[in-house]
Amino acid sequence: MLQVTDLVVRYGSATALDGVSLHVDDGERVALVGPNGAGKSTLVNTLSGVVRPASGQVRIDGRLAHVPEGRQLFPELTVEDNLRLGAWRSGNRDPSRVYAVLPDLDRIRRQRAGTLSGGQQQMVAVGRALMADPDVLAVDELSLGLAPIIVSELADHLRALNREHGMSLLLIEQNARLAFHLCERAYVLESGRVTAEGSSDDLARSPEVARAYLGGITEQDGPDEPTAAPSAPSGWSSE
Amino acid sequence: MSAFLTYLVSGVAIGCTFALVASGFVMIHRVTRVVNFAQGTFAVVGGMTTASLLGRGLPHGVAEVLAIVVCGVVGLLVGAIAIGKPGTPPLASLIITLGLAIGAYGVEVVVFGDQPVSFAMARGATTLGGAHIQWQYFLVMGATLVTFTALALFFERTYVGKALTACSSNPYAARLAGISVLRMGLLAFALGGMLGGLAGVLITPLQPVSFDSDAVLAVNGFAAAIFGGLMRPGTALLGGLVLGVSESMVGGYVNASYETEVALALMLAIMVWRSARTPVSVEEAA
Repeated sequence: MLQVTDLVVRYGSATALDGVSLHVDDGERVALVGPNGAGKSTLVNTLSGVVRPASGQVRIDGRLAHVPEGRQLFPELTVEDNLRLGAWRSGNRDPSRVYAVLPDLDRIRRQRAGTLSGGQQQMVAVGRALMADPDVLAVDELSLGLAPIIVSELADHLRALNREHGMSLLLIEQNARLAFHLCERAYVLESGRVTAEGSSDDLARSPEVARAYLGGITEQDGPDEPTAAPSAPSGWSSE
Repeated sequence: MSAFLTYLVSGVAIGCTFALVASGFVMIHRVTRVVNFAQGTFAVVGGMTTASLLGRGLPHGVAEVLAIVVCGVVGLLVGAIAIGKPGTPPLASLIITLGLAIGAYGVEVVVFGDQPVSFAMARGATTLGGAHIQWQYFLVMGATLVTFTALALFFERTYVGKALTACSSNPYAARLAGISVLRMGLLAFALGGMLGGLAGVLITPLQPVSFDSDAVLAVNGFAAAIFGGLMRPGTALLGGLVLGVSESMVGGYVNASYETEVALALMLAIMVWRSARTPVSVEEAA
């Protein structure tokens, strides 16, 4: 469904992604975890064609839709207009199929997106991406700035979309607990490289991953690595 | 009283043409963040092309519409040069449009000559409250009203209009949705060209237009557009009317040679007053 091979992305002289390979199979839920500045958003921006890779390959069978970090809605337009613009590629501008999966959106369809709560905005962002009728949905930082109960509700929606519509899911998350819980398989991305991959269960049991991403380390702003990162050994992937 | 009415009506009509020039500034700036200093050029091209086509025997209606279409093409070309290269900063694009506006002088002189041109559109006049008022003034007002209504409907009701707003509101998200921000920018330039062209077509019967008339039109249109923060067509219309009427009053009662200066000073005073009353809205960093 989605195959990324040896992807290298540079911003000027800085290398953001340094030979990343990963794949998402049909109907699979895959997580990409890692600290701030690891290159997670760069990867998904490359997948959606906003960032051009220096080398490497991206193959997508079908359509990928991207729910960007920070929602990125059109605040002065209504919820319904935001949704309809998501259909620019698919051409099917009738939002009723999205209302069927996310009924909360139907109730607020006439409100301006800028007036909504964070959770509602995230739901609009997901709904707008769904309007593209994607085969793969890439969600960048679903949980950022949202209350846990809202996050778990959104996660339920994503799981249902995956189960009932067979949509593959690529979840980019700093919240590894959520990522491992929602996804079957995961990759750990650090400083532009995949440093670990495997089933979510295996990764959650790996002491290094657990220490770096599940061990009560508070998320930090900026590109600083969590405290455990400097000691990360090279051979801790569970292939 | 009749003099006042004459000044008022002609001021409103001139203000309408400023507002049309302003709407082109707004259209292009909303979508591309580029201040298009070739906006006055579109009006000159519109007026001169119409005069030239009428001179070749084309009937009214056809000549005007063709001239506006030509302006749309000119707008598209200016856009292609100004924003065609991805990643061009808006300030660089602004300088490009300024250069194109100056370069256009040469082309206009070669194609249309260096003499002011004019033509009659709505002939005759009527008497209103003792004032003698040309029909052309009413034509200008009517066309402006129709154009601004159409613009509002275009942005509020149509899918493409909303896509233009989306590019303006969040270009990154628009790209993610698959909207080509470059193509939308070029569309905005083409529409901006047509709006400028319409302004030129309407103003040429009132004030003869020559190749260098673009400066005064661009300055007035820009001032009107700034009134709405270069983002809101409706406020730009208001700005155009304030400018047009105050220029007409100063020209009529004081001295016509100061009309632009006084009107622009008034505009500045209004904007200073407004910004002192309302907090400055911080534009989101791109």
